[in-house]
Amino acid sequence: MGINYLYPDFEVIRNQDRCITCRVCERQCANEVHSFDEATGRMKADESKCVNCHRCVSLCPTHALKIVRTDHIFKENANWKGEVIQDIYRQAESGGVLLASMGTPKDYPVYWDKMLVNASQVTNPSIDPLREPMETRTYLGQKASAVTRDTNGRIITKTAPQLKLEIPIMFSAMSYGSISYNAHKSLALAAQKLGIYYNTGEGGLHEDFYQYGKNTIVQVASGRFGVHPGYLNAGAAIEIKMGQGAKPGIGGHLPGSKIGEDISKTRMIPLHSDAISPAPHHDIYSIEDLRQLVFALKEATAYTKPVIVKVAAVHNISAIASGIARSGADIIAIDGFRGGTGAAPARTRDNVGIPIELALASVDERLRQEGIRGNVSLVVGGSIRSSSDVLKAVALGADAVYVATSALIALGCHLCRTCHSGKCNWGIATQNPELVKRLNPEIGSERLVNLITAWNHELKEMMGGMGINSIEALRGNRLMLRGIGLNETELQILGIKHAGA
Amino acid sequence: MKRIYVNEQWCLACHLCEYYCAYANSGLLDMVQALKDKPLHPRIQVEQKGTVSFAVNCRHCSEPLCLKSCIAGAISQKDGLIVIDQDKCVGCYSCIMACPYGALMPSESGVMQKCELCATNSHGLPVCVQGCPNQAIVYEER
Repeated sequence: MGINYLYPDFEVIRNQDRCITCRVCERQCANEVHSFDEATGRMKADESKCVNCHRCVSLCPTHALKIVRTDHIFKENANWKGEVIQDIYRQAESGGVLLASMGTPKDYPVYWDKMLVNASQVTNPSIDPLREPMETRTYLGQKASAVTRDTNGRIITKTAPQLKLEIPIMFSAMSYGSISYNAHKSLALAAQKLGIYYNTGEGGLHEDFYQYGKNTIVQVASGRFGVHPGYLNAGAAIEIKMGQGAKPGIGGHLPGSKIGEDISKTRMIPLHSDAISPAPHHDIYSIEDLRQLVFALKEATAYTKPVIVKVAAVHNISAIASGIARSGADIIAIDGFRGGTGAAPARTRDNVGIPIELALASVDERLRQEGIRGNVSLVVGGSIRSSSDVLKAVALGADAVYVATSALIALGCHLCRTCHSGKCNWGIATQNPELVKRLNPEIGSERLVNLITAWNHELKEMMGGMGINSIEALRGNRLMLRGIGLNETELQILGIKHAGA
Repeated sequence: MKRIYVNEQWCLACHLCEYYCAYANSGLLDMVQALKDKPLHPRIQVEQKGTVSFAVNCRHCSEPLCLKSCIAGAISQKDGLIVIDQDKCVGCYSCIMACPYGALMPSESGVMQKCELCATNSHGLPVCVQGCPNQAIVYEER
């Protein structure tokens, strides 16, 4: 035992007057927090193992449980905060890199919350989406910059391959491996029902999911896991993953313990071997190299599918995006620094990258200035939390958004941020069959469909309020946004006026 | 007729169905009052071996062997629903011997009890179905 430097973060509060000792908390906790004390006939808890995932709280039939933050404190210090001290204890013990999961919990400014949306009053009519047509359908892909005609003078209507979205929201990349079979199936079923797309992530596509190909974006990342011609042709689009918002500059790492038979087969790697994605693509060191991969993938799919290039939002993102827009890619996906992950070094997650709102505004502006905005569609992700975030993203210039954390929360995730332990009590970020089965895809997909449908209703309501009846008319319409509590530089980057102006 | 079916693929062996069942049939409005520090007498039971588990309760057979075996005439069938009149039951356990599913069991008072699809208590819809967190127990027409 030695010296235990770390006091448990949480306290499990059990109302013994309500507890009926049904032991569901004990049976459902993969961290083995709860146990039954034969001597007293009462449940007890080992709080040092609790990750605050609320599985026990959510299933307790008598609401006898709650989890609270411990009020145990270090001597107050504005510089050496408790969490800082604890991290040092952890590293002094382990000698290792601190691991973390999901998006950064740090208190960085959330620009979505510092932008307000316009509405019609008197001089222009608002629209009631329940009585009048309101379109949220959009298409992603290269748009023709001019009308062209054939030798007979007829307009050439053949366009570059497009993705048709009924709602401008897609489920962003989460690999089979980082999330479970049932989580993937829930996303696939929901994408199909909603007329949108989900993304395989870098782990290949399980053979059972080829049937959802029309609603699938297949990803090619630096590890090239599970990439073969059948895979590339199975999806509706191909995404080259250059970076991820949660961990720009580094690759993924799926521990060998998670590489079971199915995942090994899907990823085309040996059983129980660590799946380590290189930080860079070793064949891409320039925009020209990127162009080669874009066209290699287009060649492999006979120019029938749009190619997406996904990058993390970092400094100089607008110059990077300008290069990508000239590389032949059809869609640029930008992932902000608040994006989630199944595992990342905590320091990288919490300190690298920039907010997606600023990245989006500067990229859209730069591409417009250079006259190449039509070359590509823009998709942004990295903590899109609600329909108003979607609306503001579109108004800032996005064609569509990627959501993942919101989708996982709909599936039951409580953001306990311990995905990397592999013991997800909600059956999402785990490969343990006993935990995976806790997520029934019938229930999961229905919850996802409900969420996105609800957001779509809200989008239509807000668009109607602005007097706009199609999402494409809102795109890049920054006059619909006003900043609140932002300084001149922030307003200038976002390209919006301050509220009241 | 709608019956209760189990999808063992989704059963988590959480045993909540047993607790909801015992509560629903307790006649009490408060779950804590009904179940705290009392022996549990559910009409549905989770069978479990290794990683396989599923809940078992009355199948409401179209040709119920329990009914045929009952020496007291306590078990009857009405519109497919098999119910037991606990006032008539003499506790001979013949039905336990006859039921191939093990769906009848003694109640707290010693006479037999069985699942009556919550049609004879105040809950209306089977509470095991409502309480199952993973739709491993469903109530449907097949």
